[in-house]
Amino acid sequence: MSDTSRLGFYLLLAPILLWLVVLIILPHIGLFVVSISEKTGPRTYETGFGNYAAFFGEPLYWRTFARTAIMSILATVLTLILGFPIAYYIAKLTRGRTKTTLFLMCMIPFWVSELVRTFGWMILLRETGVVSNVLQYLGLVSGPVELLYNDAAIMVGLVYTSILFMVVPLVTTLDSLDDSLIEAGYDLGGSSTAILREIVIPHAKPGIVSGCIVVFMLSLGNYLTPILLGGKDSLWFTGMIYTQFITRFNWELGSAFGFLLLILSSLVVFLGLKLSGQSLSETMGRA
Amino acid sequence: MTDSPPDLMCRDLTKDFDTFRAVDHVSFDVPQGSFFSILGPSGCGKTTLLRMIAGFQTPSAGDLQIKGKSMIGVPPNKRPVSMVFQHLALFPTMNIGDNVGFGLRQRGVSKSDIKSRVDRVLDRVGLPGVTDRRVDQLSGGQKQRVAIARCMVLEPDVLLLDEPLGALDLKLREHMKVELKSLQAAFNTTFVYITHDQSEALVMSDNIAVMNNGTFEQIGTPHEVYHSPNTAFVAGFVGDANIITATVTARDGNTLALTTQTGGTLSLETHDASLNAGQETQVFLRPEVIELIQPGSAPEDAVNVSEGIIESVLFNGANSMVTVTDRNGAHMKVALPQTGSSTAVQKGDAVLTRWHPTQAQCFAMAQD
Repeated sequence: MSDTSRLGFYLLLAPILLWLVVLIILPHIGLFVVSISEKTGPRTYETGFGNYAAFFGEPLYWRTFARTAIMSILATVLTLILGFPIAYYIAKLTRGRTKTTLFLMCMIPFWVSELVRTFGWMILLRETGVVSNVLQYLGLVSGPVELLYNDAAIMVGLVYTSILFMVVPLVTTLDSLDDSLIEAGYDLGGSSTAILREIVIPHAKPGIVSGCIVVFMLSLGNYLTPILLGGKDSLWFTGMIYTQFITRFNWELGSAFGFLLLILSSLVVFLGLKLSGQSLSETMGRA
Repeated sequence: MTDSPPDLMCRDLTKDFDTFRAVDHVSFDVPQGSFFSILGPSGCGKTTLLRMIAGFQTPSAGDLQIKGKSMIGVPPNKRPVSMVFQHLALFPTMNIGDNVGFGLRQRGVSKSDIKSRVDRVLDRVGLPGVTDRRVDQLSGGQKQRVAIARCMVLEPDVLLLDEPLGALDLKLREHMKVELKSLQAAFNTTFVYITHDQSEALVMSDNIAVMNNGTFEQIGTPHEVYHSPNTAFVAGFVGDANIITATVTARDGNTLALTTQTGGTLSLETHDASLNAGQETQVFLRPEVIELIQPGSAPEDAVNVSEGIIESVLFNGANSMVTVTDRNGAHMKVALPQTGSSTAVQKGDAVLTRWHPTQAQCFAMAQD
């Protein structure tokens, strides 16, 4: 490589390096440093893992942590179950304009902010909301029903918020599945379930895995939806981090929580990839 | 001897799409163990016909029977037919063994049985020991054979092939023609093959149906289709031909006298009773039935002899041809015999062309 082209290469590389170092690596180093400093008195700190010990010592903390993880996994699974038929329909059973229209209809809700979308759900689900009134009008319930502030409402919100991120990679991978492969499956005597299991899903695997990773990370890191739809009982780990940083002004514990969340998401993604036999570069590169 | 029903029987099979009729009252029988080709230009409805046999499309009218049982309303996964797709449609997520064993797995055959049957069929197509390979590790010809093995392992009554040689290069295609024919003979299964390539159809088939605009123009052996076409379309589509527009001037028994557009005279024999004096016709003359002779060497009473000049020599090995321009300016393609005598022809040579009255086909001009 000549000197000028080498210079060009580094110049092109600079923005991404800058972004990674300044906005990702440095803050995380800072976060880690804060998380391992224990406050011993006003403005005096000691290095140690006390903040992490506090997390494991307090059941509320690690139970919220586990609950957030399990709910996020559940939300991911539900999104996949809901998103797969939608994606299959868009990719395989429609053509031309219908396809574009359906795809756009999936996108439209994402033109408004997450906050507005979540308030929309609150209008539907609250005690004086649309669903409650319809149920009363139909005579199915005698008085107003509160549908907000429970786990189901959180789940609905999480699935709704993230379904697009499942549908898009799935449509892309299913689109690339040759129709004649499905026909060949039928021709060789396969039933619809056998074809789904042996031909469609193996082909869509990279899309499924990348969709799941994105949806899982979005759910795990979601703050608005659990707080607004789940109320003060939502017990979402991001809410807990917020409390430590803003309400309690305990940056040290908050940083430790943040780091634990990072470890958790990395671990779950790693396990998911191992279980599905995919590699991260392959999945993200193809989708 | 009892008369067993043909493997495949179609009666007045019709398929209408929104705006046009793709297949129009097609009827044919394919006897057990024969190689049947459907030959036609693209868009003639042959793929639709094949997809109806496979079950991917429902006929608008007519009946379709396999081994005497009607297949109307039977879904593709319940029909005793298998199909080799145009691009083969091997499952890229499975290895070769799983691909070939797919159909058997669907039938619930035991694992050890599947393994032995897959090994056996791969042996028969000449690919032993490839079960653990991935699809993309095979060459084009090998994939072809795997696709056939994947169908044959199910022992279908009828194997459908949708132009499977189209994607191969010329050399391999020539080789696979011979191989497909011998595989068909070895398995003794009924093959229904669709193609637009006449040489594939002629080389491999026991019977050929020539299809055009949704109907069968002719069903016959390759020999019949080539040498005695029923219609002008068949004569023009199958094989090479010089097409001469001519008017009948007189009819004497089965012998017609014609005048060409450029003023030449022809004499030929026909069995078509409808051709009479005054009628416009198209005469189809194959390049290989025309003989090149030295000027002055023709007998006095010979018919269909005309003088000409070699206009160009199209060298193509065994299929070399010359174009001859006669006195009236009409061009004619003539095959060069490969016996050595005519290798010396050169551009600009004066020659005589001669052909026998029984060797041309003559059809009334289509009415517009």
